[in-house]
Amino acid sequence: MGFADFVCFEAIVPELKAEDRDGVIAELVTALDKAGRLGKGNCENIIKKMIKREDEASTGMGKGIAVPHVKHNAVKDVVAAIGCSSAGIDFSALDKQLVYLVVLLVSPVDDPDKHLKTMEHVFKHLQQEKFRKFLRQSQTVEQIKVLLLEVDENHQFY
Amino acid sequence: MQTGQDSPEKVICQVDVQIRNADGLHMRPAMQFVDVASQFDSDISVSNDENTVDGKSIMQMSMLAATYGTKLTIKAEGADAKEATHALQQLVEEKHFDEPTPKKEKPKN
Repeated sequence: MGFADFVCFEAIVPELKAEDRDGVIAELVTALDKAGRLGKGNCENIIKKMIKREDEASTGMGKGIAVPHVKHNAVKDVVAAIGCSSAGIDFSALDKQLVYLVVLLVSPVDDPDKHLKTMEHVFKHLQQEKFRKFLRQSQTVEQIKVLLLEVDENHQFY
Repeated sequence: MQTGQDSPEKVICQVDVQIRNADGLHMRPAMQFVDVASQFDSDISVSNDENTVDGKSIMQMSMLAATYGTKLTIKAEGADAKEATHALQQLVEEKHFDEPTPKKEKPKN
């Protein structure tokens, strides 16, 4: 599996406009919706469900990253948006630090295994300081896209 | 004062478990696992066929991608290793993270 298999490149936001958690979730889900990845009329409901999920337990895992996610009928395969914030967002993260990188996932309801494999892939790379650093330094969609494709193709990246 | 002495008991316990909740070890169960593991002083590691990770790190636990049916080895090292492995085995196999098990038996493999 590679990032290209589930990241929607049209939903990469190098500098998030939103300044709070719910705003970031709305911004990234809306980006997926505009890219046509969420079917018709599901955007609001997905935002609502994702915020509810985030309220139950923060997906701010530490090291400045958060991975808000939800399962929803709107998608048949896992799709992800990526957002960066240079100011940092309060996600009530486990380590109480601000979040600078957000990988947001919408997963199908009936494929828990695919969801897990995707999360594994995301964390495998987010664990790497070099990957986080490059992602945070990226300023354009193109730079992020190139980084993801490079990681996908080059297993010796780290 | 005790100086330069090893801890009185250095116990190593290991147990094999199988994931039984339908959705597998996704983030919420992984957090439950880390919460329980963190209650113990012992070092706790969890392995699948490929990787061994720190059982007290949520990010590393999420990297296991343990789907339904996956077999994991939990290893604890320290004075309370026995209690730790027991509590974690219960969480995975008896409570199955308070989540539903598959309706159909053996849906795959």
